[in-house]
Amino acid sequence: MALDTRTDRRPSFAGLLWGSTVGKKTAMAVSGVVMLLYLVAHLLGNLKIFFGAGEFDAYGQWLRTVGEPFLHHEWFLWIARVVLVVCVVTHGVAAYQLSRRDIAARPTGYVHKRRRASYATRTMRWGGVILALFIVWHILDLTTLTVNPRAESGHPYENLVASFDRWYVAAFYIVAMLALGLHIRHGFWSAAQTLGVGSRARDRVLKTVADVLALVLTAGFVSLPVAVLCGWVS
Amino acid sequence: MKLTLRVWRQKSPDVPGAMAAYEVDGISPDMSFLEMLDTLNEELILGGQEPVAFDHDCREGICGACSLVINGDAHGPERTTTCQLHMRSFRDGDTIDVEPWRAAAFPVVKDLVVDRSSFDRIIQAGGYVAVPTGAAPDAHATPVPKPDADFAFEHAECIGCGACVAACPNGSAMLFTSAKVNHLNVLPQGAPERESRVLEMVSTMDDEGFGGCTLAGECATACPKGIPLFSITSMNREFVRAARKRR
Repeated sequence: MALDTRTDRRPSFAGLLWGSTVGKKTAMAVSGVVMLLYLVAHLLGNLKIFFGAGEFDAYGQWLRTVGEPFLHHEWFLWIARVVLVVCVVTHGVAAYQLSRRDIAARPTGYVHKRRRASYATRTMRWGGVILALFIVWHILDLTTLTVNPRAESGHPYENLVASFDRWYVAAFYIVAMLALGLHIRHGFWSAAQTLGVGSRARDRVLKTVADVLALVLTAGFVSLPVAVLCGWVS
Repeated sequence: MKLTLRVWRQKSPDVPGAMAAYEVDGISPDMSFLEMLDTLNEELILGGQEPVAFDHDCREGICGACSLVINGDAHGPERTTTCQLHMRSFRDGDTIDVEPWRAAAFPVVKDLVVDRSSFDRIIQAGGYVAVPTGAAPDAHATPVPKPDADFAFEHAECIGCGACVAACPNGSAMLFTSAKVNHLNVLPQGAPERESRVLEMVSTMDDEGFGGCTLAGECATACPKGIPLFSITSMNREFVRAARKRR
């Protein structure tokens, strides 16, 4: 008779990952890359603002019809929203839990202080908090239109212009996008290391891609409030 | 050379410590940092004071016993161990801050001595290979491809001093653990425990209270043996691979 040599239940793949610092970073890397891919698509769509109200509003309408007739009206948007919320929550919860650990791991600091790591690396945590607050404002402003001064459903071009016409809102967007650029600069390269695709040979390529992504996304998104403030889009 | 030292003094693990200032004179630029501390201790003993406790052993940069955060840098301004750091790296009249490694997993025992047995427990969790004892096997009995041997050797250079933990803003032991995991995981002798090794060692590392990795890169900059930051990348890859296979 063969006896069971192992009677305990083996942890699941997800359980094994979430239970360790290395695995939590894997979850952060995957969710970060998904959000990054979304941002690229989001930017490409947003740049249609420079082709005028007609094309931009038509693009907004088209987003609601993607996947039809296989998907019901707006289902594609809702699927994307659910995926993004899962990513944001996973990313944020893992970051919070890991940060708590990291701070607890050095209870006594050094008397002789010096700056450690690059600016982008040191601002990951507070930059992340700024981005989280930005996302909340961004959704209230341009998705639910709760805090939008115009709040006309189905007219995203006019709502966006009305929102950015307030200089302080435009300024907040620009600050948040600078934080985004720094976050991507360290985050993209870090995600590559966490997912195990980094190496000495690929390092220059990965760092360049991180810099280009950070620069293009920041410049692209910043161009919208700047264009409204300068009156190029109105 | 005449120097002012500000040294962390702490009588025992559970009493609070503080920085204490000492003047040392007659220091030769050819002295190692530890010899300079020996000079200070001789003066302290002659003056009826308690000497400064610090870890040291081989004093030739291969054992990993010496530590010390000097002016905020693990092992001081040169990329070497404290025992191989010479006083010519400092200038006459300098004020030098000397502190112990700081990490929850490295509690201070006395003055500049910290308890690094958490590293031993990470090694016990999987930093070994299960080999039959007996006569030494023939050197060519198990062929190892040259690139793998080089990779293993690069990571085997880790002396376990703990500078990576001391330098890391998160007090993380990822560089140490990854050096040990990669050293054995790439070799045929380490293959039978390839999955359990990385899972157990990472799990023990977490249990010991080390922080996580944020890829700040401070560890690899401080490492006296030049363990590369990509060592962590390789271990991350091994970890996910092992987590997938061990279900």
